[in-house]
Amino acid sequence: MTPILQLFIFIPLLGFIISLLIPSKNETAISRTAFLTVGLTLFFVLGFVGYWLFNGHPVLNLKEIALFISKEYEFLVDLCFDKITVVYLLVGAFLTFLVTIYSRYYLHRERGYKRFFNTILFFYLGYNITILSGNFETLFIGWEVLGICSFLLIAFYRDRYLPVKNAIKVFSVYRIGDVGLILAMWASHHLWHENITFLKLSNYELVHEHLAEHSYIGVFISLMILLAAAAKSAQLPFSSWLPRAMEGPTPSSAIFYGSLSVHLGVFLLMRTYTFWEHQISVRILIVLLGLCTALIASPIARVQSSVKSQIAYASIAQIGIIFIEVALGFEKFALFHFAGNAFLRTYQLLVSPSVVSYKIREQFYNFIPRHHTIEDSLPKKIEYSIYLLSLKEFNLDSFMNYILWKPLKNIGRKLDFLTVNRLLLLFIPAYLLGLIFLFINGNGSEHPHEYLPGAFALIGLLMILKSFSERKSPLMSWLLLIMNHFWIALAISFNEKFELTEIAFYLSGIIVSGLVGYWGILKLKSYEQNIDLNQFHGHSFEHPKFAMVFLLACLGLAGFPITPTFIGLDLVFSHIHENQVVLAYATASSYILAGISLIRLYSRLFLGPHVKTYHETAYKSS
Amino acid sequence: MKKSHSNESHGFDEHELLHELKHFLPAQAPLKDFVHHNTLHAFQDLKFYDAIRRASKIFGYKVSLSLEEYRSLYSNEQINHDILERVIAARKGSTNVEEWKAKALYGKYDESISPRIGRLRSNWKKKYYIDLDLLVHPLLFRILCSYLDQGISIWSFPDSKKGFLASMREIEQNTFSSFFKNERAKKLLLEGTCTIEDLLTIIVEDKSLFNQYIFDQQFAHQGWSGMVSAVEDLPQTLLDRKKITLKELIIFELLLEIDALDTKFGENWTSLKHRLDSKPNELFGDVPKTELSELLNIWQDAFEWTYYDQVLAGVKIDASKHEEIKEKSFQAMFCIDDRECSIRRYLEKFDEGCKTYGTAGFFGVEFFYKPVHANSSTKQCPAPVTPKYLIKEEIENSKAKTNNDIHFGKHSQSLFTGWFIAQTLGFWSAFRLLLNIFRPSENAAAVSSFKHMDTTSKLTIENKNLEDVEEGLQVGFTVEEMALRVGNLLNSIGLVKDFASIVYVVGHGASSVNNTHYAGYDCGACSGRPGSVNARVISFMANHAGVREILRTQGIDIPASTQFVGALHDTTRDEIAFYDTEIFTDENKQKHFKNEALFVKSLDFNAKERSRRFESIDTNESPEAIHERIRIRAVSLFEPRPELNHATNALCLVGRREMSEKLFLDRRSFMNSFDYEVDPEGKFLVNILNAVAPVCGGINLEYYFSRVDNHKLGAGSKLPHNVMGLFGVANGIDGDLRPGLPSQMIEVHDPIRLMVIVEHFTDVVLSAIKKSDQTYEWFLNEWIHLVVVNPVTKELSYFKDGAFSRYEPLQKTVKSVRDIESLIESHQENFPVYLIK
Repeated sequence: MTPILQLFIFIPLLGFIISLLIPSKNETAISRTAFLTVGLTLFFVLGFVGYWLFNGHPVLNLKEIALFISKEYEFLVDLCFDKITVVYLLVGAFLTFLVTIYSRYYLHRERGYKRFFNTILFFYLGYNITILSGNFETLFIGWEVLGICSFLLIAFYRDRYLPVKNAIKVFSVYRIGDVGLILAMWASHHLWHENITFLKLSNYELVHEHLAEHSYIGVFISLMILLAAAAKSAQLPFSSWLPRAMEGPTPSSAIFYGSLSVHLGVFLLMRTYTFWEHQISVRILIVLLGLCTALIASPIARVQSSVKSQIAYASIAQIGIIFIEVALGFEKFALFHFAGNAFLRTYQLLVSPSVVSYKIREQFYNFIPRHHTIEDSLPKKIEYSIYLLSLKEFNLDSFMNYILWKPLKNIGRKLDFLTVNRLLLLFIPAYLLGLIFLFINGNGSEHPHEYLPGAFALIGLLMILKSFSERKSPLMSWLLLIMNHFWIALAISFNEKFELTEIAFYLSGIIVSGLVGYWGILKLKSYEQNIDLNQFHGHSFEHPKFAMVFLLACLGLAGFPITPTFIGLDLVFSHIHENQVVLAYATASSYILAGISLIRLYSRLFLGPHVKTYHETAYKSS
Repeated sequence: MKKSHSNESHGFDEHELLHELKHFLPAQAPLKDFVHHNTLHAFQDLKFYDAIRRASKIFGYKVSLSLEEYRSLYSNEQINHDILERVIAARKGSTNVEEWKAKALYGKYDESISPRIGRLRSNWKKKYYIDLDLLVHPLLFRILCSYLDQGISIWSFPDSKKGFLASMREIEQNTFSSFFKNERAKKLLLEGTCTIEDLLTIIVEDKSLFNQYIFDQQFAHQGWSGMVSAVEDLPQTLLDRKKITLKELIIFELLLEIDALDTKFGENWTSLKHRLDSKPNELFGDVPKTELSELLNIWQDAFEWTYYDQVLAGVKIDASKHEEIKEKSFQAMFCIDDRECSIRRYLEKFDEGCKTYGTAGFFGVEFFYKPVHANSSTKQCPAPVTPKYLIKEEIENSKAKTNNDIHFGKHSQSLFTGWFIAQTLGFWSAFRLLLNIFRPSENAAAVSSFKHMDTTSKLTIENKNLEDVEEGLQVGFTVEEMALRVGNLLNSIGLVKDFASIVYVVGHGASSVNNTHYAGYDCGACSGRPGSVNARVISFMANHAGVREILRTQGIDIPASTQFVGALHDTTRDEIAFYDTEIFTDENKQKHFKNEALFVKSLDFNAKERSRRFESIDTNESPEAIHERIRIRAVSLFEPRPELNHATNALCLVGRREMSEKLFLDRRSFMNSFDYEVDPEGKFLVNILNAVAPVCGGINLEYYFSRVDNHKLGAGSKLPHNVMGLFGVANGIDGDLRPGLPSQMIEVHDPIRLMVIVEHFTDVVLSAIKKSDQTYEWFLNEWIHLVVVNPVTKELSYFKDGAFSRYEPLQKTVKSVRDIESLIESHQENFPVYLIK
């Protein structure tokens, strides 16, 4: 029965592709496609789960759909099915099904009806890949899809300022989580010397034996997993993204940020539980993280005066508790809690507009001016301090800004002296020099050069930083992003056995999407003249198709799983030695920041309030 | 425009600035008291086209359709070619018609709007590279929302009840944290002596720029500023009252700005004055006409008159073969509301003996209504009126009304109870959601107009003791007071003789679910409440023997066999409930039994007619089947359009039913009954027009402006709306409040101004509208069109620039239609005017 698992991925994939082909005017066909896709999946899931239970609910593993094989390396898609998957699959199919029906009427006549259902289906595909995944690589494919869907749904109202700004913010936080996942993958390559499946992780002897030798790598992997999980599930210090994600139509907020997406961090922890089960320090850390989140998110929830942010913070607090439950080993309990929380928050968000009439009526009959709350019994100064802190979300939002984006932008600004010409003048010779070094040193020597790879990767990272903080020329930003990949390729080439075919594999997607994007920017410039990066331009209003193509180019360049570069990226990491921490960090950071920089570039050019005001345009404060 | 709108003088007058600012800010009350009003009320002292041109240039609003939209209306023949030529000829002279027509149809113009507002403050970004709004708004909005919150937060704002700034000061004094990042702003707040002028001196320095700076600042979040201004003026609009003034908001915002600037530059930055290249344009300086603005006006006129011309052609056709029916089966009064237009037509179609009337839906009785067990009372009359009476609901042995839906409760948001609820109730939510999607039904979240008053309750209507006063209001009306109101009502609608044995007084309300703007769907004449109470109250009065006695002396003789009965029509569900039917005599009971069936049948057909605008309902089905779908629609969580409310409204007819009886007006008309013979001097007409102008005009213009600029003057799509503190909606969590109407309410609306058609003689109408300056302004400044139909000759006169001139419709004949049912099945769009055969 194992091969049936593929159905749960192929049906959404097929539905997604069909939904892309339907003309956007045809609401009925679009919503029917979504209805059938999710409905059919739900139907099969229910049947399959029944059959599976009847057969004694074994843990299933579907292996070896190799997407890429070379001598040393293979990229395997692997599916896994156990009770965790079952719960997530059922909850996901059920809620997505209800929300597609709900949205069919709710979104009627909305501009972007098609875009909405495309994204919902794509999200559902990513969700199913993630929860069915049997190894990190497969999980990462789904994870990436979810990230981009999040961006698209938060920025659904792309002609307004705040949704676009918040979408970029949330996407950035997701990318930080992705660093964790990438580094965890990198470290586990070295720990296991293979693409370890989650199934194998449950083999206690195997894990124990490996970890005994490399305990620090074990802890490192666990921490990186925790980083990814905390970012995705809006735990500390990332919590402030969740309420800010509530910018799309209410049903999408309900399903994404009320239920499915936000619980995937929990999923990641449960999926890897057997791996960190015996690392007591990690378990304590998770309990503490969950506890702190719960303790801080609850007062924040209590002071919220808008209904969606209240639900968001209340949900974060519950997820904190779920983290504790997972860390303490109460897996079934955590699953139960997840399902209940997901249903509750989805429903609460969907009926949130009703809160006005409901509460006003309640007040009309039973009005009490100010409820006495538990906090009133605190000393005044403490009460007010906590109140004010909660109101300011414990400065979490500005904290992220302060420690992360400010320094990055500052470094980038230091590079302001670079212009397109200087850039080419400086770095083409440098790159050639690198190539000469490579030629002399010999590709793939047994003992790679100590500093050179790291240094080259750092130059790559600098390119990204500059691209990230570029305010004027999108072309410059774009070129830097392309060049970064070449630096990384160069850096890795110093390592052993990085063959030319592999480099070609890695750079193929980059070159194609790089060229498309380059052409795109030139063309947009010829249409619109001024396209600096100082503000949002909102050109998708006039060029929606063009915007789509450019987005695809951005995704390609970002190593999104639509070009071979995605696999190439994993390949690159498999070639980074475990002692090359600088190289690993620089490469991972480049990857993450490049993604953010690309999304920023796309948003600045195509999203936000349209610069031309011959039609209705939104206020910046909306 | 008043002289005061200038900041040329170098002195700074805080009081004047605040006054002016409040005048221009959106005036929308909190959601529960949502009442339609003219969005650009601040410009009403100017002629409509001058006003919108100014508003557009100053504040950046889009104020009409775009050239492209007009042109496509023209090519779809929704703008008539002959009318367009006539409009051009009237404005530009008949020799220039071809030239201007070519411009209108093919001219290329830059339609982009670059408003004056915001220019001064944009220098922060340009010269200082700082985005002040981004730094200040999120915290400011959050504090305001928490301060004003009406019950969303569990731990509510520690409000000292001394006012906004005093509360801020108290918290700032008693905390280890702070609102600010630097000492200066903190000190300024705690000292508590700083004025707007002081702070502006720090930030801007140049006094002549102060006014403009504050306008820029407050219009960067006009939603919040408007709400603060509304709460300041009308504190009782919040159940949990809050003391706040616009001045306090401005001071606090200026402090936050100083703090943000200090954070970036330290305490020694140069004020805005020193970095300005040049002074920005005078905000309220002249806005000259342009060729584009004139073209847009031409198009708008042509668009409006294409419709008006059909209507006027229809009105002019004399359907005078009207034979008087001797035996009247019943009479029914409805609200003036455009949504009652079609139900009246169906009643009259299925029972030729009945006669319907329209009047403002509070039926001339103004009072506060206090339901049983309620803590406070609610106003049941037009918003500007402040009643002196209280009507109480009484039910024997009733239980207190309580809601118990845990999903809205506070427990699910707390840590521990939330933990328990998620594990248990979470699964119940899943089930509820499933049920709600596949079998929508009545639930706690729904608003139903029938819940407003209990059918079995008693109302304290008659006051027998003047000492009986509650909350400063007289409980009930004395007999004389009742007689006065009944007399006024009957005279104003012209029902003073030939009473049928039953007179129904039908109020209206709406039901919806998941709808933050629910109050806007109920009766506007009852301050956004269902009109059921008023219907019962006026019926009681009209049945009162003492009242009838007095009325008889005034020449209104209501026969003893005539009985008045109140009812409520739910315009969303198309259902009706009758009140106090136990008073019927046996004979009337029989008749009522028959009439009730007639109402049910008419409501089915009414539902069918409404359904043609709904995509999800097949209009070809039988009326009964469609009606069932309409009912389900009203309780479906996922339905953002439970009904279309006043969308497509365009007309207001004031006259006898005969004037419009034979016209198919496609639910686009407000209808107020009035008989010039009963009121030859126009005494009652004055009151009718005093109500029609602000109520119908307000509705019409709010729809107009929300339609032409849904982003800036409307609320945008309602789908992402987030409820803020129970008083407003915003997008997401840190956006500005969004006043105006959501796009789902206005998308089918054609933005044309209201045309009021009055049946009387021009001199009487002229003196009637001149009685009140406010009313006269509406007509004189062309925010509403006015046409008078001579009741004898049917001659039409159009009011312009203070005088009437004869209007001859271009259209000479009106198409007729025999079968309305197949007509409404034909398509979704607006219909032209038809004569009903």
